Amino acid sequence: MGNLRSVHQALRTVAPDASITVTGDPQQVAQATRVVFPGQGAMPDCMRELDARGLRSAVLEAAHNKPFLGICIGLQMLFEHSAEGDIPGLGVLPGKVVRFASNLRDAQGHKLKVPHMGWNEVHHAVHPLWQDIPQDARFYFVHSYYVQPQDEQLVQATSCYPLPFVCAVARDNLFAVQFHPEKSQSAGLALLRNFVNWKPD
Amino acid sequence: MLAKRIIPCLDVTAGRVVKGVSFVELRDAGDPVEIARRYDEQGADELTFLDITASSDDRGIIFRIIEQVAEQVFIPLTVGGGVRQVEDVRNLLNAGADKVSINTSAVLNPQLVADAAGRYGSQCIVVAIDAKQAGPGRWEVFTHGGRRATGMDAVEWAQKMQTLGAGEILLTSMDRDGQKTGFDLALTRAVTDALEIPVIASGGVGNLQHLVDGVKLGGADAVLAASIFHYGEYTVRQAKQYMAQQGIEVRL
Repeated sequence: MGNLRSVHQALRTVAPDASITVTGDPQQVAQATRVVFPGQGAMPDCMRELDARGLRSAVLEAAHNKPFLGICIGLQMLFEHSAEGDIPGLGVLPGKVVRFASNLRDAQGHKLKVPHMGWNEVHHAVHPLWQDIPQDARFYFVHSYYVQPQDEQLVQATSCYPLPFVCAVARDNLFAVQFHPEKSQSAGLALLRNFVNWKPD
Repeated sequence: MLAKRIIPCLDVTAGRVVKGVSFVELRDAGDPVEIARRYDEQGADELTFLDITASSDDRGIIFRIIEQVAEQVFIPLTVGGGVRQVEDVRNLLNAGADKVSINTSAVLNPQLVADAAGRYGSQCIVVAIDAKQAGPGRWEVFTHGGRRATGMDAVEWAQKMQTLGAGEILLTSMDRDGQKTGFDLALTRAVTDALEIPVIASGGVGNLQHLVDGVKLGGADAVLAASIFHYGEYTVRQAKQYMAQQGIEVRL
């Protein structure tokens, strides 16, 4: 999941007139008006790739200054530390990334699998990116780790597996989600459409 | 809470969706892109495409199909069939697949699963297991579309695949495939209880109660079916409504 082509395709659908580029070039990130930061696979690999391509400062700059959407590992990388590989993240947001416990059970006592994979309900706060998205709409998730922000004010949405966990955060020009809007059918496309139209103060 | 997934499966050959009985006797079911769109509209949670093309000449067709589907359908797409090397995984992901399913090649070369998961992440690696009952509480893994026995135990094999980095197991009962008598629930239960990763039950769905049983009795995280949807017996939405009535959490 986190297939770059899928993100590109979904953005093209919601913004047919926009110029959308899949890039690993810091220059292009610097020149973009909006940045989507998807991540796939394991966070240590993503962090290594980011530095190998010299993207760290361009991403940090974008995360502080222009409409920025993190997706999946792209959310997790924004935090200070991840239990996956016990590594530091970009430290844009205070908090850490932890793994779902093993041997989780639902209310009926059935085993809950990790990764948390499939469509789960998203309980969201009020933010321009949730416009036209019903409360508790389902989005597609696939992940074994989740974020624990230090600052409650960052939290934009939670989901349950079986306990509540944070699945969206926002601060100023930045928004980031654990689920995959590009694979979440109409609700996901609505969120991406809201992002491409978003004008943060 | 997390919904149980319903996954229509499209067996594709020569650009058409087909369906056989116990892996033989293929019957035409229509155009894959059109069918994919219809299932998406009906609320399918994911789609799985299995390229069952025998000749390597036609291998390019599946890429064009996936590209077209990915332009119009924004739910996870899994593609399997003929995946032999990491490059095949890359090509399918580039065509628009979100997950790639590996079956025979995982048996011939288990390292492929580790390499592909290492490169692209476990989340996009599905290992498909075709299993056939070999005795009470024992199932054997078969490869090559069910034609070749391996002598391996299905539960142990599934555990090994989890260890090597599979993100999910697509478990097909060869005894039940195309028979419409329901999933092999004992097989499903044995595999899902032995694993931490999700298991998709496959093979044998003939009515909506079978889907319910797969989840409730088999313990499956997702259920896969083909013919009950292809030939218009039920829509995906009817299947989900029925499951919801039986107390199963689904995305409606």
